[in-house]
Amino acid sequence: MALKIVKGSIDRMFDKNLQDLVRGIRNHKEDEAKYISTCIDEIKQELKQDNIAVKANAVCKLTYLQMLGYDVSWAAFNIVEVMSSSKFTYKVKIGLYAHVWICQEIGYISQYDTGVALTGLSCFVTPDLARDLANDIMTLMSHTKPYIRKKAVLIMYKVFLKYPESLRPAFPRLKEKLEDPDPGVQSAAVNVICELARRNPKNYLSLAPLFFKLMTSSTNNWVLIKIIKLFGALTPLEPRLGKKLIEPLTNLIHSTSAMSLLYECVNTVIAGHDVNGSPFLPPFSLALFLFLRFQLCVQKLRILIEDSDQNLKYLGLLAMSKILKTHPKSVQSHKDLILQCLDDKDESIRLRALDLLYGMVSKKNLMEIVKKLMLHVDKAEGTTYRDELLTKIIDICSQSNYQYITNFEWYISILVELTRLEGTRHGHLIASQMLDVAIRVKAIRVFAVAQMATLLDNAHLMTGNVQRKGICEVLYAAAWICGEFSEHLENPMQTLEAMLRPKVATLPGHIQAVYVQNAAKLFATLLKNQEGNTDRTAAQETSQLMIDRLPLFVQSANLEVQERASCILQLVKYIQKLQQKDVEVAEEVIALFAGELNPVAPKAQKKVPVPEGLDLDAWINEPPSESESEDEQPKAIFAKEEPKHSRARHTEVDEKELAKRREARKQEQANNPFYIKASPSSQKVYQEAPGVEHIPVVQIDLSVPLKVPGLPMSDQYVKLEEERRQKERVEKKKKEKKKRKEKRGGRGKKHDSGPESEEDITPAHMVDIVTEEMPLADSEKLPVRSHRAAEALKSPAEDGDAESPASQEPKKKSSKEKREKKKDKDGDRKVSVKNGNPTRETALWMYIYGAEIDIQGNLQDGSQVVVSVIFENKCDNFLKTMEFNVLDSLNSKLQRPEGSGPHDGLSVPFQLPPGVSNEARFVFTMQSIVMPQKLKGTLTFIIKNEDSSTHEKLDFKLHFTCSSYLITTPCYSDAFAKLLESGDLKCSSVRLEGVNMPFHHLLARICFHHHFSVVERIDSCASMYSRSIQGHHVCLLVKTSGQTVSIDAKCDEPTLLGNVLDEIKQTFSQC
Amino acid sequence: MIKAILIFNNHGKPRLSKFYEHYSEDTEQQIIRETFHLVSKRDENVCNFLEGGMLIGGSDYRLIYRHYATLYFVFCVDSSESELGILDLIQVFVETLDKCFENVCELDLIFHVDKVHNILAEMVMGGMVLETNMNEIITQVDSQNKMEKSEQSP
Repeated sequence: MALKIVKGSIDRMFDKNLQDLVRGIRNHKEDEAKYISTCIDEIKQELKQDNIAVKANAVCKLTYLQMLGYDVSWAAFNIVEVMSSSKFTYKVKIGLYAHVWICQEIGYISQYDTGVALTGLSCFVTPDLARDLANDIMTLMSHTKPYIRKKAVLIMYKVFLKYPESLRPAFPRLKEKLEDPDPGVQSAAVNVICELARRNPKNYLSLAPLFFKLMTSSTNNWVLIKIIKLFGALTPLEPRLGKKLIEPLTNLIHSTSAMSLLYECVNTVIAGHDVNGSPFLPPFSLALFLFLRFQLCVQKLRILIEDSDQNLKYLGLLAMSKILKTHPKSVQSHKDLILQCLDDKDESIRLRALDLLYGMVSKKNLMEIVKKLMLHVDKAEGTTYRDELLTKIIDICSQSNYQYITNFEWYISILVELTRLEGTRHGHLIASQMLDVAIRVKAIRVFAVAQMATLLDNAHLMTGNVQRKGICEVLYAAAWICGEFSEHLENPMQTLEAMLRPKVATLPGHIQAVYVQNAAKLFATLLKNQEGNTDRTAAQETSQLMIDRLPLFVQSANLEVQERASCILQLVKYIQKLQQKDVEVAEEVIALFAGELNPVAPKAQKKVPVPEGLDLDAWINEPPSESESEDEQPKAIFAKEEPKHSRARHTEVDEKELAKRREARKQEQANNPFYIKASPSSQKVYQEAPGVEHIPVVQIDLSVPLKVPGLPMSDQYVKLEEERRQKERVEKKKKEKKKRKEKRGGRGKKHDSGPESEEDITPAHMVDIVTEEMPLADSEKLPVRSHRAAEALKSPAEDGDAESPASQEPKKKSSKEKREKKKDKDGDRKVSVKNGNPTRETALWMYIYGAEIDIQGNLQDGSQVVVSVIFENKCDNFLKTMEFNVLDSLNSKLQRPEGSGPHDGLSVPFQLPPGVSNEARFVFTMQSIVMPQKLKGTLTFIIKNEDSSTHEKLDFKLHFTCSSYLITTPCYSDAFAKLLESGDLKCSSVRLEGVNMPFHHLLARICFHHHFSVVERIDSCASMYSRSIQGHHVCLLVKTSGQTVSIDAKCDEPTLLGNVLDEIKQTFSQC
Repeated sequence: MIKAILIFNNHGKPRLSKFYEHYSEDTEQQIIRETFHLVSKRDENVCNFLEGGMLIGGSDYRLIYRHYATLYFVFCVDSSESELGILDLIQVFVETLDKCFENVCELDLIFHVDKVHNILAEMVMGGMVLETNMNEIITQVDSQNKMEKSEQSP
């Protein structure tokens, strides 16, 4: 074995690679074929080896050979094998190598192949691929075609991302590409370096001079923007750069007409400014504000088009927010402008302006700004923006510890006003602000408590509406403030009643809990007030109120509420008892809630020293043993998991114990309705469900599946049924096959010419269709015909289709009436010629409904076309023994009853009395439908009058257009898009000039005559779809402008498409 | 970097979507829906920038869009791209489409989906802008089409 491997690798050394192959082929120009055949032998040897790399090499060569036109299908298996190898790299490598080689060998043409490979690669680079392909792509970076270079450079970025090690070796070349003569390559390189620099600007400082040069020389705005953006990232790192940039940037600002470039220049100046100090801010911030001013003085500047000013406004605001961080003052002077932007109809701009406001407030203007914002809150539609406003108001006011708020009464009333907002999500934010202010600002408490009492009183306004759910959080704060600072309440009794309203029970649990607790606090305060009075009844009434109302909360589903309520209820009951004994309790009750809750700083805990001798890390009790804790814990809560644990942990338990436990577990499982058992028998137990254990389970083992209740069983039944059906089907098929064979045999004997073809398959189809309940009426009708020959007359006939084919085609396409008329005339003429009879009685009309050539829905085969023919007797004589015959072509054949020869006519299954018409259908079998067909045929019949009967013959032509092979099939636009995405369709197009009809007429015409359906229509453009009987998809895109109609078409069968388009063209050439 | 390019019509029916980062099919659909929702409720004559697509990117990303007749062209980009530059790029894209399919219409994007992707691939590759020069793009696309045709004909 080892020897074999060694031998294999030695062999490999002498293997040709693709390069050698190509060189070899060149050197053997005279006997190329011979050389290649030896090569193929070698490749075959290589493919037999185990080494996947060898195989890959072989496949590489094969791809090249295939491209040269050699058949390599014998190696299909090996190719698939290599393709499916875990190393995805090989696939791409094969593709790429092939491309690279092709590219170098053949030159120009294939640059797009490489381009496509690279584009494809950009979508799925993986670390592995990146590693393996980095070198190849690097080579491509110096390809002769700029097109390839450009793509290779760009893709390097993706490679760097996935395989960062490749950056170092590739960097010099990347740098080189910055000075590439082709602007596209240059721009790609700039792109890549800018992206790289975004991640780690420091490493790219060294490139600054190069970029500097590019900036002054390049005229490509895109490149300039990228470079300027790059400098924006670099200047903070290298202060000197900022100064150097001033000049070129100023030049650009003055010279460029591109707003995008101008904007980026300004933006970069701002970024560079951070480190540099302030020297050149003023002119640039001025330039920046020009953006905003632009909008205001469009008339004066006349630079901006109407629609772009909004964009500049947005960007101006964006840039300003950058300045704001360093120079809030310079922004503050533009307050009016920014406030104006708050009125803007554009949400993006309003949001930007809001951001700016944050940094602009001062003690002086806070109230004014917030007032403005409040106005906006009222006006704003859409909750997102309103919520944004709300948070911004709170942010602005609360920033740096309420630094700018001079009057907290004002702030509280703002907060209370905000609670009136509909449908905000930020109730908790308002609530926390209220609590924060009330706790931290002592002086405000009286005012706050009064406001909160009003809120509580009007709580129904907040709870009533579902939309306002978010805001009821505020009640949490209100209740707490009223309870905690109840001594400031003006009318505590009223507030207490408000808190104990039955409606409170609809609030969320955590709010109710606060209500209950604070009701108790209020109660304590009330007692204290009332006990001072001489009249004791007031105090007792208060207790009674509590006792009456609290049970509502005791019943609450929320544990917290329940607990607190029952606790307090008992307390109040006890107090009432004492009150009845005239004991003064107020002092004791109030002691329950004595002491002030002070705000605590987040880091306050650190200031508390750890008591001596306290070791927080030491165990207080002995740590519980592992097994104990693990065994107990799951047992208590998740009984089901217990067995798993015991099995895993107690491996030493003896067999008996195990068996015992297993038994116990089984028992338990059997009683547990939620346990899904594994074995089939237990499954059945499960199906029988808990309540019915006493029913004998054995019954279910019967193999009669029908009786078994429960889903899995019925599934089994379905399966059985399916199996049974399948068996039947197989048998049927066998039978059919046999039948078919027999028929084939039988026919073979009779048909000496032995025309193969679909004809003999038809019976099979019939059966197929019958089983599938498809309408195959026609082939069934064929035999029926003979039974229907009841009453029939005949007369010499005339046939419209007997005219020249040229006139016949259009006839089919024109409307029925038209055709009838025409035939009428022709019929007259011919009749007189034939019979020498002056009357028109001898005419037989025969209509061939081209438009109604009815096609079988047999899409697997799609070989059948049904032609409906109407025979009308126009004379006074009886017509009989009509025989319809068509000269078969290779492609299309009239289906004849079994046993008849290929040239036999078909007898029409009826006779025609004078003036009667009847329809007969004839089935044709088509092999290929991509071409239109013309078939010559004759109709023979006998005209019978009182004394004699004459034989007549009528020639006609049947024209099968390609459109008649199409079936109108509706198609949804999604499916249509999918179909076109698949990319298997060939494209072709026609232009129709001078079409003078409304677009919808045009579409209707195509739909009617060519069996298309409109998928989508947008203005004067429509996509259409149809499908051939053999399943070809035909897609059209019809566009019109003026009198020109352009039709783009796609189909998987180009010939068919070409013919359909020709037919469409013809349809419109006649109008 | 460009994260995604979406084109949908006034009714939110996607006509073309190209994601330069991997998302599951469902997420892609959701992104398109959400983007349409954001973009469609904006008036004409407002700015072409939008923040707040939650699904795609974060605060660093913004949507830059243009509205032409029945179609919205939306680019989702990060902060390394110039906003106005991308607007210009959308214009170039649309003009290129118009040149390649005379009298371009929404349905062209469906019918010639392959060609549209080709054009896009000439402009943007793997999320990075490859070419902004319309003439160059058209030259490349044309010669590729020619090549394709010559391959088909024999």
